[in-house]
Amino acid sequence: MSATAASLAFIQIVVMVLLTPLLIGLIRQVRSLLEGRAGAGVLQPWRDIRKLFGKEPLRAPGMSWVQAVGPVVLATSSLLLCALIPLVGTVAFPLIPDDLFVVVGVLLVGTVALALVGLDTGTAFGGMGSSRHMMIAALVEPTVLVAIYALSVPIGSSALSQIVNSKIESPVTVASPVSLLVLVALSIAVIAETSRMPVDNPATHLELTMVHEAMVLESSGRDLAWLELGSWLRLGALLGLIGSLAIPWGLAVEIAPIPLLVGSIMLTIKLTVLGCILAIVEVFLAKLRLFRVPELLAGSFVLALLAVTASYLTVPA
Amino acid sequence: MIASGFLAQVALMVIAIVIASVTRARYRALVCGVAVALIGVAGVVTGALALGGHQGTATVPVALPMGALTLEATPLGGLFTLVVGAVGAITAIYAIGYVHGPSASRTSWIALAVFLTSMQLVPATADVVSFLLAWELMAIASTVLVLTEHAERSNVRTAAVWYAAMTQVSFSLLLIGFAILSAQVGSTQFGDFSSTQWNPVAASVAFVTLVLGFATKAGIVPMHVWLPRAHPEAPSHVSALMSAAMVKMGVYGALLVTTRFLVDGIVWWSLLVLALGMVSAIYGILQASVASDIKILLAYSTTENIGLMFLAIGSASLLRAYGIPGTAQVAIAACLLLVVAHAAFKTTLFLGAGSILRATGLRDLDRLGGLGSRMPVTSLTFGIGALGAAALPFTVGFVAEWVLLQALIHGAGSNNRILAIVMPVTVGAVALTAGLALMTFVKAYGIAFLARPRSDAATGAKETPVSMRIAMGASAALVIALGLVPGLAARAAATAGGLSDVGSVGLLGIDLPGIGALLDPAWLGILSGILAIAVIGVSIRAMRKRPRRSVDLAWVGGGVRVSPRMQYTATSYAEPLSRIFDDSLRPQRDVIVTHSSEARYLVERIQYRQRVSDVFEGRIYQPVIAVTERLSAAARNLQNGKIHFYLAYSFIALLIILVVVTQ
Repeated sequence: MSATAASLAFIQIVVMVLLTPLLIGLIRQVRSLLEGRAGAGVLQPWRDIRKLFGKEPLRAPGMSWVQAVGPVVLATSSLLLCALIPLVGTVAFPLIPDDLFVVVGVLLVGTVALALVGLDTGTAFGGMGSSRHMMIAALVEPTVLVAIYALSVPIGSSALSQIVNSKIESPVTVASPVSLLVLVALSIAVIAETSRMPVDNPATHLELTMVHEAMVLESSGRDLAWLELGSWLRLGALLGLIGSLAIPWGLAVEIAPIPLLVGSIMLTIKLTVLGCILAIVEVFLAKLRLFRVPELLAGSFVLALLAVTASYLTVPA
Repeated sequence: MIASGFLAQVALMVIAIVIASVTRARYRALVCGVAVALIGVAGVVTGALALGGHQGTATVPVALPMGALTLEATPLGGLFTLVVGAVGAITAIYAIGYVHGPSASRTSWIALAVFLTSMQLVPATADVVSFLLAWELMAIASTVLVLTEHAERSNVRTAAVWYAAMTQVSFSLLLIGFAILSAQVGSTQFGDFSSTQWNPVAASVAFVTLVLGFATKAGIVPMHVWLPRAHPEAPSHVSALMSAAMVKMGVYGALLVTTRFLVDGIVWWSLLVLALGMVSAIYGILQASVASDIKILLAYSTTENIGLMFLAIGSASLLRAYGIPGTAQVAIAACLLLVVAHAAFKTTLFLGAGSILRATGLRDLDRLGGLGSRMPVTSLTFGIGALGAAALPFTVGFVAEWVLLQALIHGAGSNNRILAIVMPVTVGAVALTAGLALMTFVKAYGIAFLARPRSDAATGAKETPVSMRIAMGASAALVIALGLVPGLAARAAATAGGLSDVGSVGLLGIDLPGIGALLDPAWLGILSGILAIAVIGVSIRAMRKRPRRSVDLAWVGGGVRVSPRMQYTATSYAEPLSRIFDDSLRPQRDVIVTHSSEARYLVERIQYRQRVSDVFEGRIYQPVIAVTERLSAAARNLQNGKIHFYLAYSFIALLIILVVVTQ
């Protein structure tokens, strides 16, 4: 284990845990302001988490250990994502390279934990949310993996830090058609995977449209706190990944106080901008019908596929 | 040493047969189980020796015209013998507690011993005749085992007919293919096949027949129809053995053809294998994701996994044909890792399904539920197997899929148009398969083991006897162990695939040569362990202040806990998918609404029925069967039992012969 990589991972986790509730607060606040409401302020998610940790979880008859373990697994997988994805800097563990397939695997562990929590409640809502959530996850996966493939072609490696490093070194590639196609495809995949509009409405409790909310409906107390924090961290980490791929400059390539500070500030700025964009887009989009979602995802898959073929045909042999 | 290994397997088989014939019913399961497990152990040892580079042949001189029967140790065959032996040993231990009624009979135990031994010998054979002999022995013994419970359910007999027919189709195709190869070379020894200039037409015909023959045994679409029939109807330990070991013989055969016999392949050969694999993977997992019978689900998932293996073989040949041999070798290693991974998790899953069947008498997921608290060991092992089948990190399934994806994305370094199109589509297919597998196994585990029981049988379920728990525990432990420290398995796969320098990094992780990708799940596990400890620490602090409280009603609007019938079932869980893939699955739905007699607008009852049948069965097999039956009915007019007709037939036949002879 390299000490530098470990310290970077630690810093990324701390920064992300501090930032993501604020990011969620920001998104909600921007949405409220645009919709003409006052909003609860950017600190509200932090207050919610504090409140939930102070409350007791309830257990209905028939629920199993999954109710308690699932949230912990989701939170752990999200923290692991924050440690692996290059958010503040691009120094990877020598023995745990931030290989994108591994990152996707870790992400899916969280997805499965959430789906099992939903099924374990033994109600109609939990199963419904879980079923829809897994269906979307299944259809997102081709886009994600093919997009990774497109990114890996020019440098011959699927390690994220190497991909970002190569973009820092040759800035021209950032604006290449391949990169743009990949970014669009990945953005759609991230939106679907983190249950945002137009795939899922995070603010609804309407039974016909719920996906994420339906799964966590029966959780309470610290279970719910972990589920919420874990889901937010996922959103934050994936938005951060898009940020690092779109604007790679500012990421620390070595471990020293100044680059790390710059990296953290850049991350904050990128998340703020992306959060605002997400909020604005969500205000102006209607939620898609559930059975229109596959069409959206098929579209993103086609973009990713185009990106790969384009990267083959543009790379000099 | 190797020769005595082969000898030991045959000797142990004879001992097992004798023991099965003479022991009394009371002790039979225990004694025979141990004897069959020993055959498996002998296979594991022999396979490991062959993998370790030990050479050796055993020759049985016989009076057949084709020469002596030869058994020879190769690293590739060794890996397969090892996998089959391990699966055999585990399932035999499981069978001690599982067998009852007809599956505990003498015939059944004898067939099991013969089945296991013949499977272990197939990868060791070194000439056509002994290969086909071992192959046919395997087919016959497994047919007997599928028939075990024929007196109890009529479905068993149909399944056995389908299985026997398909397995004979496979055998005939192999016979044709091998005949062509042998005629070209003038020898039946495998060793002579590898160094020949083939006539392209003959080689193409041989390639297609051999690959189709092996694909039939492996359960590749469209020859997969026997899998979802035979696997559910066979006793569970036999299903495990068939699914985790026997279908791998088809993969072994395909590897034999593509890496030893017809190495310098033509491009369309590789594309054929690739396409077969891709279609099987996607179609198999789609069917699995909508299946609600747990053993049918597992059978279709076998088709999916075998599809992935064929996909790996196909891409390896394609890469080799386009002059990228290094990555091609990695793809072969990926195929072999998939073999190991699938053997481990599918054994766990089928044994788990057997435990559910034994405890509840049910295979229908829609009526299960809540088994997690009633069968904790089965729940844990089945869960681990499901994680492996879903290819999640820290399981051997993930390792195999990771190597496969690395091989695919490093496939093309050249400006090759075909590769630039084929490889991304292949990655997309693998990804879709992985995503659907995730959903399938969340469904299988979540519906069966979580939530509340959906029937009385599930409510009264009890944990299984100790021998079954040991066997399930052992195979689940393999899923996790090989997933955390995959270095050894990867090097075994690399040796068997002829790739010499797969390195290990860190705590026995994998370092793929020439690709620069490394994976060390153990360190990833340590890192996530540290993070999990932090999360759990916070949880424990919160728990000290506010412990979990049990309530009768948590968050119920109406004031009553909703009835278990209102939970999502396996069918409803897969409903969105079956709608999206409506065109490929063609589910048949009947909705019958009964209105109240007093008011048309009041609905009294809604009946919903959904059936997903196999598209290929309906489109390809039913017409063939219909034509055959019509021809047979016509032939019955000739065979009408009247003696003067038969005399007339003989007279006409005699006339024809005379005409032919005198010309």
